[in-house]
Amino acid sequence: MSTLDLLSLDFVRNALLAGVVLALLAGLLGPIVVGRGMAFSVHGTAELAFAGGAGALLVFGTDAIGWGALVGAVLVALLFGALGRAQRERDSVIGVLLSFGLGLGVLFQSLYTGRSANKFGLLVGQIVGVDVGDVLTLTGVGVVVLIVFAVVRRPLLFASLDPDMAAARGVPVRVLSILFAVLLGVTVALGVQIVGALLVLCLLITPAAAAAQVTASPTLASVLAVVFAEVAVIGGIVASLDAGLPISPFVASIAFVIYVVCRALGALRTRRRATRTALATG
Amino acid sequence: MTPSIRLSGAEVRRGGRTLWTGLDLDVAPGEFVTVLGPNGSGKTTLLTVLLGLLPLAAGTCEVSGSAPRRGSADVGYVPQQTSVDPLTPLRGRDLVGLGLDGHRFGLPFRGRAERTRRVHEALLQVDALELADAPVGALSGGEQQRLRIAQALVGDPGLLLADEPLHSLDLARQRTVVELLERRRRDHGTAIVFVTHELNPVLPVTDRVLYLVDGQFRIGTPDEVMTSETLSELYRTDVDVVRVRDRIVVVGAEDRLVHTGGGPR
Repeated sequence: MSTLDLLSLDFVRNALLAGVVLALLAGLLGPIVVGRGMAFSVHGTAELAFAGGAGALLVFGTDAIGWGALVGAVLVALLFGALGRAQRERDSVIGVLLSFGLGLGVLFQSLYTGRSANKFGLLVGQIVGVDVGDVLTLTGVGVVVLIVFAVVRRPLLFASLDPDMAAARGVPVRVLSILFAVLLGVTVALGVQIVGALLVLCLLITPAAAAAQVTASPTLASVLAVVFAEVAVIGGIVASLDAGLPISPFVASIAFVIYVVCRALGALRTRRRATRTALATG
Repeated sequence: MTPSIRLSGAEVRRGGRTLWTGLDLDVAPGEFVTVLGPNGSGKTTLLTVLLGLLPLAAGTCEVSGSAPRRGSADVGYVPQQTSVDPLTPLRGRDLVGLGLDGHRFGLPFRGRAERTRRVHEALLQVDALELADAPVGALSGGEQQRLRIAQALVGDPGLLLADEPLHSLDLARQRTVVELLERRRRDHGTAIVFVTHELNPVLPVTDRVLYLVDGQFRIGTPDEVMTSETLSELYRTDVDVVRVRDRIVVVGAEDRLVHTGGGPR
């Protein structure tokens, strides 16, 4: 079957729709994750979503995976959101919980005796297993996340990029931090079921990190992060169909290439600005 | 006329320690009050109270006739310098714009043209138009400081609180900023509370000095407060205050204060 034929299949269309929604969410939240220096806590949240999903699979079966992942991710995201801004303390707490979550997840998976595809899906993604119901759930949750995000985006940006001033201006920095953690937890939980725990970072961090290399405009950074995430996901799905391999390596590779290119462009931009400043100051 | 600030019997406590007590201070619109004192004397804490972020332990505080309120549009604030990460997606115009509406929830579609105009005007006021599109994290301390002042002025405040705003600026830039603040209070009647370690750059524009030391304080014109007698009393040690041309030099209590030079704290 050619790629075009594959694209007309229902499960492929579902996969693509799910990917588009997920990439949109990840691209929008990404710049704030990067701005708040939360890459590591996204990773931690993903591992706990994995543990939650694996636990739910073991106890309640396949239908409960999504809920398990959601509970795990949101609980731990709340905890991370409540940890202050002291980087070292945050890093070590995340490290402790991440490894514990990973351990639990592996335990749950070893105890599970059902189909092995269900097991590995949470780690490396099972996008071809997405059905219409999943797409509807994903879209519904996605719309809610988008609406909340749109309403809080500006103060959230203020609190993330300029926290002291935001606090002085009366922005409820702490409440926003926890609210953002919930949005992030929900997005991570959705991501874990589609691209897997190991790859959530490459949608939430890599596109935003790439965008930050080439623009300083917060709006343009969000737009670029969404575009990069979409390219990585859609490109990854199509390429994986063609090659008959899992989507993860393709999504990761495309995102990585985008990052490397943006980094090169960013270095060029910085050098040009330095030259201009040197000329201006004589 | 309603005073911009009215403190009476104000007392502030932090971490179980009383920083100062019994502070009475009225600041009139357009008045320039310079707050001096060694580290830990509660200078920045005074600003925190005026911003509505810290309640008084005793006494009352009014800003433009009502209790201080977090995020009041009538109060502009220039915080102590903090470094901004070079990769932060924030341009000069974004930083200034956040000062205008960064605390507001909702979609950013209303009044875009007006917003752009005000940001432009604020940048123009501090002579920073060329920084509008530069990433904030890539700018020098002085450039960031000019943006901070634009950020504080963009909301057209009736009261401006500034915490060491001249820190890390060269002399020419210091003069520009002081002239800017002077024009601001003259033309707009903005009262200014200016926290600093270094009086001399703002001496020509200072109406009154609030000098805080170990819970003691004196309020008055620079000539009244900056005397050997008054400062010796405050520091409880011999301090000599000497006028050299248009500068005031304080000798003694060196371990407590950095008065000369305006170097790093």
